[in-house]
Amino acid sequence: MSAPDDGRGSREALAHVVREHAGRLVACLVSLLGDFSAAEDLVQDAVETALRRWPVEGVPDRPDAWLLTVARRRGLDVLRRETNHRAKLARLRWPEPGEGDDRLRLIFTCCHPALSPEARIALTLRVVCGLSTAQIAAAFVVPETTVAQRITRAKRKIAAAGIPYRIPAADELPERLGAVLAVVYLLFNEGYLSSTGDRAEARDLADDAEWLAALLAGLMPGEPEVAGLLALIRLHRARGAARFDSHGRLVPLAEQDRSLWDHAAIAEATAALTRAARAHRRPGPYQVQAAIVACHAEAAGFEQTDWAQILVLYDMLLAVAPSPVTRLHRAVALRYVKGPAAALAELTGLEEALSRYPLLHATRAELLRALGDTDQARLSDERALGLTANPAQQALLHQRLDQAHGDVRYG
Amino acid sequence: MFVENEEFAARLEAMGELEREAAYEAVTRWFAENSGKITHHAHLAPAHTATTVRLDGGEPVVTDGPFVEGKEVVSGYAEVEVADLDEALKLARSWPACPVVEIRPIA
Repeated sequence: MSAPDDGRGSREALAHVVREHAGRLVACLVSLLGDFSAAEDLVQDAVETALRRWPVEGVPDRPDAWLLTVARRRGLDVLRRETNHRAKLARLRWPEPGEGDDRLRLIFTCCHPALSPEARIALTLRVVCGLSTAQIAAAFVVPETTVAQRITRAKRKIAAAGIPYRIPAADELPERLGAVLAVVYLLFNEGYLSSTGDRAEARDLADDAEWLAALLAGLMPGEPEVAGLLALIRLHRARGAARFDSHGRLVPLAEQDRSLWDHAAIAEATAALTRAARAHRRPGPYQVQAAIVACHAEAAGFEQTDWAQILVLYDMLLAVAPSPVTRLHRAVALRYVKGPAAALAELTGLEEALSRYPLLHATRAELLRALGDTDQARLSDERALGLTANPAQQALLHQRLDQAHGDVRYG
Repeated sequence: MFVENEEFAARLEAMGELEREAAYEAVTRWFAENSGKITHHAHLAPAHTATTVRLDGGEPVVTDGPFVEGKEVVSGYAEVEVADLDEALKLARSWPACPVVEIRPIA
């Protein structure tokens, strides 16, 4: 047993141990019982017991066996009347290494398009990553009852609508994999964008997202988009230390101290991305986005950024996944290739689609300021400020409005 | 449940005789191809024939028209016997006629 400790570090370590084992145990129980909801309940009970007892008693030497024993005991208890389930539980054993990882089936079930997007996220976090309902609620700053309700409804729908527990067939795979990757990416964005000082107590969702992407990449080595998403997440996180200053304020990309970036991690992620792209020659939105981030990450300084290459990549991204937000980002790259006036002209076509998107107005403010129109720039910054709820973005915009002449760029 | 909307009705209306025949044939073929899974099906008469009885306001209220005055109306249904939702989705995807299909388990 490792020594008990009640600091944040040990809480995180506990969560990591649970994450490694809970999903595996649920997968194993669903296969055995053929009942997703019952399996999930048993494991969630075991996880909650672990989170209560491990901080006091220490983490057991075989946490997987511990969770299995608690889940089985609980199962024999609550499934008393269901002799069929009881007989199966009695045969329960931990899967031998090399038996294949059932968690892939679990992920596809949790991310089924017949579930609402919120339910997919909550269910994946709870079932695959082993988070408790309270942890999910804290991470998304919503009441615990809301999360509990989402999960209960989702489990009910899985049973009632007959959402299968299996990996989709080849013809459905691209679409279904897209839904899975979207959940992981949303999770990452939620964690990465809101990872400010005032949420320090909350679970780091970006960490869960990276873990999920790595798990998927290991389980689906033939899918370059999975490798692309993993590289994308790792490239962003490798620059995490420079994103906020000592006061928890967001630092724009142009002003980040690049010596704080994890250059080894950047090189590794870029190499993995290149390998996947070369091996499969099937580019997709995640690979292209990762390539764009790699361009930024590999530049020695902001002035050395290869904007022409980034512009080409944005055109590729727009070809595979057209979206107004991507066009906005492309306009930023265009500024450094063709100048602020050309970029500003691009924004005109995006006004309708992105009128409530703060980054559109913040970008316009920057371009107007670069062109010397400080009055209009101020109006756009104020508009952006009125639209963002993110405290770090708000702070950056306030700072910009205060020093009206500074040329501060968004990170 | 098969759901029609105004656009679909208009498109059907605008079709030439041959085209409409081909569309009906596609539907007939779909039912034939999936006959092993379809236990029961029915096409409903158009929404203008609908009469709705509301029982939730004390006295029952009878009105003309479908239960929701929406742009989309249920036009028929098929009861199918499938292993899971994915199989039902696959069937629905191959449906050749109206633009919306709602899948629901039978309670």
